[in-house]
Amino acid sequence: MPRLKTQVNRSSHLFLPLSVLAILIIINLIKGADYFKITIVNGAFYGNIPNILFGASELVILSIGMTLVTAASRGQDISIGESGAISSAIFVQYVLRSGNVTLGTILVGFLISCVAGMIIGAFNGTLVSFFNVQPMVATLILFLGGRSIAFIIDGKVSPILANEISNRIGTVIPGVPIHTPIILTAVFIAVVAVVLKTTNLRLYVEAVGINPNAARLNGINPKKVIFLTFLIMGICAAVAGFIAVNKAGRHDSVNLLKFIMMDAILAVALGGNSLAGGKFSITGSVIGAYTIEVLNRTLLRLEVNPEAIKVFKAVFIIVLMIIAAPEVRVFAKRVLDKVKRPSRTTPYARQVD
Amino acid sequence: MRSLSRTERKTRLSNSNLLFMIAGIIFILMYGFALISYPGSFMQFQTFFDLFNYNAALFIVTLGLCVVMIGGGIDISVGAVCGLVTMACAMLLQSGTGSVFEALLLALGIGLAFGIMHGFLIAYLDIQPFIITLAGMFLAQGLLTTLHKEPLNVTMREFVALRNYTIEIPWLGTVNRLGVFIPCEIKPGVIVVVVLVILYAILMKWSRFGRNVYAVGGNRQSARMLGINVKRTIFLSYVLCGLTAGISGFVFLMTTGAGNIGNGSLFEMKAIASNVMGGILLNGGVGNLLGAPIGTMTLLTINELIRAAGVQSNLQAIVSGLLLYLFIVLQSIVISLRGSGKFSFALPPWLKRT
Repeated sequence: MPRLKTQVNRSSHLFLPLSVLAILIIINLIKGADYFKITIVNGAFYGNIPNILFGASELVILSIGMTLVTAASRGQDISIGESGAISSAIFVQYVLRSGNVTLGTILVGFLISCVAGMIIGAFNGTLVSFFNVQPMVATLILFLGGRSIAFIIDGKVSPILANEISNRIGTVIPGVPIHTPIILTAVFIAVVAVVLKTTNLRLYVEAVGINPNAARLNGINPKKVIFLTFLIMGICAAVAGFIAVNKAGRHDSVNLLKFIMMDAILAVALGGNSLAGGKFSITGSVIGAYTIEVLNRTLLRLEVNPEAIKVFKAVFIIVLMIIAAPEVRVFAKRVLDKVKRPSRTTPYARQVD
Repeated sequence: MRSLSRTERKTRLSNSNLLFMIAGIIFILMYGFALISYPGSFMQFQTFFDLFNYNAALFIVTLGLCVVMIGGGIDISVGAVCGLVTMACAMLLQSGTGSVFEALLLALGIGLAFGIMHGFLIAYLDIQPFIITLAGMFLAQGLLTTLHKEPLNVTMREFVALRNYTIEIPWLGTVNRLGVFIPCEIKPGVIVVVVLVILYAILMKWSRFGRNVYAVGGNRQSARMLGINVKRTIFLSYVLCGLTAGISGFVFLMTTGAGNIGNGSLFEMKAIASNVMGGILLNGGVGNLLGAPIGTMTLLTINELIRAAGVQSNLQAIVSGLLLYLFIVLQSIVISLRGSGKFSFALPPWLKRT
């Protein structure tokens, strides 16, 4: 029985997000066959697919960080939207105060906001790793107070980021047909992939997530690893905040990345990762994040009543989780075996007897 | 014999009771500080009762969540369910077809339905509680906006009578400047809170279900070895939480008298914060149920204090976040100091006793 379970889990690691994505795309194609149609407007690609990639960019980046945090600390960071808001507030303030905006200013501002994100990550990480507080509780502090900090940094309601370079980062660079956030997301995913390939991060994170005590006995410091994942989460939040603020063109401390942690956690779960830590798959989370964006846009495309969108989303999640539940899978497998076997296995069984 | 009693006393003070004691001491210190710094308002008994009068729903939500948290789970849908219940009951009462009693039944029914859904999916299908209750939250919020978008004030006569009904305590009160004695007032919601606290405390302390919840929250595997029906225990804890969320929605409606989209928003976060302040850990298996109301009172006292201090509204959130930070760190230091004699590496509480 346990062997069966692990087998099922291993094969289903990317099966769930991909099948969901496929179902959603089929629904979209039924609604209208021009779903994949891409047009070129003002030298940039427009259409459903570019829109989805464009819209999900922050979510993808955040869900990568969330995957690492979940895998190592067996809990979720619920303050990611807030840390994104704070770090992007610092970015906006730096850019607004520097007067003449050049590419260098933006870059320095971005690096400063990354440092700010790391400080926030360090704050959460200290609580989780060294004070041994559950991640959700530790990040609850910033969840409650973070937006007020962002507002105080702003000093007023939504400062406007009106310059040419920000506008290009948020939309399109002339001459490049792909939206800049999509490129930034791709670059970020590539960097993460390289880091995971070349370093021991994946091994350490998984070891700590599966059993911190065993990891410690094997010479891995679980506290350091958990702390590190929160630092990475901070950087992810800063990058996501940077993209979001450039997309919006202004810094709205109340609504920027609001409640995105729910979607990010959902993306992690959709990607076939356990929310109780251990083995993780970044690919799954990324696909999960895009799936959520596709789901949101599908509901809009099907012209669902905007008030009822959340109901459909909830029903969708519940149905999905029921299908993916290990108990249901084992049950389905048993039923399938019963249907398949009688003709084949009974003679064998008799021979053995 | 003496040594036996000594060891017994040592094991008696479990982490639950230690954290509960810390929570109690913090609350007393907090309220004492409030009394000293703002004697004018906090000295009046009415201020104390108003904590309950206006936040009865939060107290109730916290109780339900506490049971789930002790069982090692989490339910983040409670706030949304509370909001949904207020709107549904308001619509029923306002439509003129239902009585107050039927509205109460509706509230219980909605809560129970959500509880059973969460409990079944989490306990029997073994799905992660965070995701399922997140879906429950979306479902409740979506249903709330589909039902009615604008605030809905209930004008039904019987309900307004219930809403305005207050219980006066004749022997407690203040004398105002004109020399007129004003007795303290409590709302019916407070009675509900007190009854539920007593009921739940008895349930968690002495009933088989309550002890099972502690065992399951502490270590699911060993609870199964002990012959506890783990799945049923988890199921029942979520059902109880949903039911409590339903009751809290009705009490919320009794306090404000209007159904609104914003009702009960962020209650889940406030309730988690209250529970943490009350010494109930998210890991499960640790916590005293009486810590839930104490934690809520601490949270509310802090908010009242900040309001009394007249701090800018943005600083309020930061200050309350900082205080939460201090409490969490304090709790963690006390727990780790306690365990430091045995382990250098901090383990979950249930491993510390081996």
